[in-house]
Amino acid sequence: MIAYLGRRLIQSLLILLGVSLITFALLYLLPADPVRQIAGRSATPQTVENIRQQLGLDQPFIVQYWHYLTKLVSGDLGRSYIQRSEVTELIVSRLPASLLLMLGAILCELLIGLSMGLIAAVKRGTATDQTLMVASFVGVSAPQFVVGLLLLYVFAVRLSWFPIGGYGTWRHLVLPSLTMGILGAGWYARMMRSSMIDVLRQDYVRTARAKGIARGAIIFRHALPNAILPVIAMIGIDIGIFMGGIVVVESVFGWPGIGQLAWQAIQRVDIPIIMGVTLVSAFAIVLGNLLADIIAPFIDPRIKLR
Amino acid sequence: MKKFLASTVAASALALMLGMTSARAEDTIDPNAKQGGAITITYKDDVATLDPAIGYDWQNWSMIKSLFDGLMDYEPGTTNLKPDLAESYEISPDGKTFTFKLRHGVKFHNGREMTADDVKYSLDRVTNPKTQSPGAGFFGSIKGYEDVAAGKAESLAGITVVDPYTVKFELTRPDATFLHVMAINFSHVVPKEEVEKYGADFGKHPVGTGAFKLAEWTLGQRIVFERNSDYWHKGLPHLDKITFEIGQEPIVALLRLQKGEIDVPGDGIPPAKFQEVMADPEQKARVVEGGQLHTGYVTMNTTMAPFDNVKVRQAVNMALNKARIIQIINGRAVPANQPLPPSMPGYDKEYKGYPYDVAKAKALLAEAGHPDGFETQLFAMNTDPNPRIAQAIQQDLAAIGIKASIQSLAQANVIAAGGDKAGAPMIWSGGMAWIADFPDPSNFYGPILGCAGAVPGGWNWSWYCNKDLDAKAAEADSVVDPAKAPERDKMWSAIYDKVMEDAPWAPVFNEQRFTMKSARMGGADNLYVDPVHIPINYDNVYVKDVQ
Repeated sequence: MIAYLGRRLIQSLLILLGVSLITFALLYLLPADPVRQIAGRSATPQTVENIRQQLGLDQPFIVQYWHYLTKLVSGDLGRSYIQRSEVTELIVSRLPASLLLMLGAILCELLIGLSMGLIAAVKRGTATDQTLMVASFVGVSAPQFVVGLLLLYVFAVRLSWFPIGGYGTWRHLVLPSLTMGILGAGWYARMMRSSMIDVLRQDYVRTARAKGIARGAIIFRHALPNAILPVIAMIGIDIGIFMGGIVVVESVFGWPGIGQLAWQAIQRVDIPIIMGVTLVSAFAIVLGNLLADIIAPFIDPRIKLR
Repeated sequence: MKKFLASTVAASALALMLGMTSARAEDTIDPNAKQGGAITITYKDDVATLDPAIGYDWQNWSMIKSLFDGLMDYEPGTTNLKPDLAESYEISPDGKTFTFKLRHGVKFHNGREMTADDVKYSLDRVTNPKTQSPGAGFFGSIKGYEDVAAGKAESLAGITVVDPYTVKFELTRPDATFLHVMAINFSHVVPKEEVEKYGADFGKHPVGTGAFKLAEWTLGQRIVFERNSDYWHKGLPHLDKITFEIGQEPIVALLRLQKGEIDVPGDGIPPAKFQEVMADPEQKARVVEGGQLHTGYVTMNTTMAPFDNVKVRQAVNMALNKARIIQIINGRAVPANQPLPPSMPGYDKEYKGYPYDVAKAKALLAEAGHPDGFETQLFAMNTDPNPRIAQAIQQDLAAIGIKASIQSLAQANVIAAGGDKAGAPMIWSGGMAWIADFPDPSNFYGPILGCAGAVPGGWNWSWYCNKDLDAKAAEADSVVDPAKAPERDKMWSAIYDKVMEDAPWAPVFNEQRFTMKSARMGGADNLYVDPVHIPINYDNVYVKDVQ
């Protein structure tokens, strides 16, 4: 177990290093000149050169990358080119909002996805099953931008059940969580359905049925706990999907998380922020996968860590 | 012998030349204004910084103006200069020395009195390369600027603190734009002790002398301004509080405005909703329309064949159907025939420009040796409506035989192509077009049409360099006496007329501004389309529903 953990940690570090190198190189190769973005239109060539020197952007690529890495080791992500604040501060101030949104999204996708899957499995082959599976397919394929605006229009503008975007109370959380959750719910519905069908075919379920135990009791007491575990173990992997989704969803709902920060930084070629958010997201994805792998054997004894 | 110009005389001279009424700063308070109340304004993007030396986007530009003051300012809603932190000023007859007398008793938000030392410190700071100010270049005419910019000196030799309430500027050349330069944000006065306390984070902890002070800044969510009860301009500001909510899409902002939750959507009316809003009389009544110091244009690279032939460039000017292009943006603009926008001093009302004449354009092309046209590229920014406008231009060009392929790219990439001499034959400027830093005709020349801008990484995307016109521009800018301002404007009109003869640009339209507000907002309409405050003039507006 310890050897496994050690190996996985080294792997994770290498992945993060690779991500930092690739992102840094891509941003370096951009035809857009960040100095010109900072300097604005009225700057003289001298001002542009002064700023370039101040930021160390006149150095060769390898020197710039090395400077970035050495500062990164001490937890310093540099200062934003546009906002001039420390990137760490900007990310830390926005992280709680993104985590809250993810929590809400996980709750939504589990609640919706698992119940849809459960019902579909139990009603297998019926019209209900087919309707639910089509719905899950729509959920998986609908662009989040469209889902978000649709929910916003119906539940906030027309019905006034929820506020139109913003942040602060649980009511603000509902629509963005739902938007993010609908995508995952589709996956969970499909996974839950097949997992449940597998379990319902098992001998012990047949035995229970033969003993005359009520249908509800069989499903909820005997089948569900076994069917749900492998599905839940997937949550760690969801983090990667969420990291992509928050950029869109946070922008639609004006949710002050790191996705919105990243989106603005991309538009303004604010390289330190793009780097910072990319690294934090990569870290979250690596961590999520690691956790999923570590937890899996505890949930399902058939899986062993090697 | 010195010729002294009292500030009031200068102000009225300027006002006269602009054909607008002049008033002393103390008289500009709206008698109907009510005191108190709070408003909410939304923005999509984060506010980058509130440091006057650094902030340079249209969103923080106006916010900074409410937190800080400069020696000069403009009368609310107009382009008329007036003294602000300065009480009066004198200009030497040779136009190279400006002496400002400061107001007494002006206090920073931390309670300390502002003096001439602060003025000098603020300008030394903005020009110091370590500050990384995008505006450093505006101060190039101050004596000693070169040394500070090169890092050889820490202080501008041309600024002298005569006494705590008098500061003298010596320039290396007569500079007619200098009073405007003293009004832009980059020259706003900051207290040294606070800058040193917060260092690079001063932009998040701004302390100035302005009408409002910063009460709260929750990163990515909200900025709150509170009334500065010690503000030197008695009776201002009218509002007690302004809340800026950040991260709201324009479409969401409009919905919230319709529900009465906010007062001004900072990013304006989303294009997709424009017609719907204007078709509804109730909503239309709350939209204020005004000009802005903006021109949208097509640049033609004068160093690249076939655009090195003036006839080809003139042909393009005659090929564009500007009225149709304006339809694409729902009529939110007026056709342009010269570089300057109509609300800019120096705009030539007599100038007729190139007519829309396809036959004549074709004839010019044939004269230039391209009877069958040619193939070229048109660069444009990739956000709506720019690709659609580029397509309309493409169709107009096709009508005279020019086959232009559209290169639709991210903003930064178009800017990079324009700054490369062999980068882009034609660029549609939309989304990157020039908006003046200050309301003076010279501001549309130097960086975008003068030789100084025709350098790698510059903004003169036509690579148009006419040394003769550069000399004329320098001559016009040496006319410092405000009494001769009309003469100077004529000189500038002539410069732009000559530019149009050479036709490095095809001017297309001047965008209009449309600001929408809630029913409770009060104040003159021009405060909502203020030429220097976007979206609105925070210091002078008020709400009608307070007791």
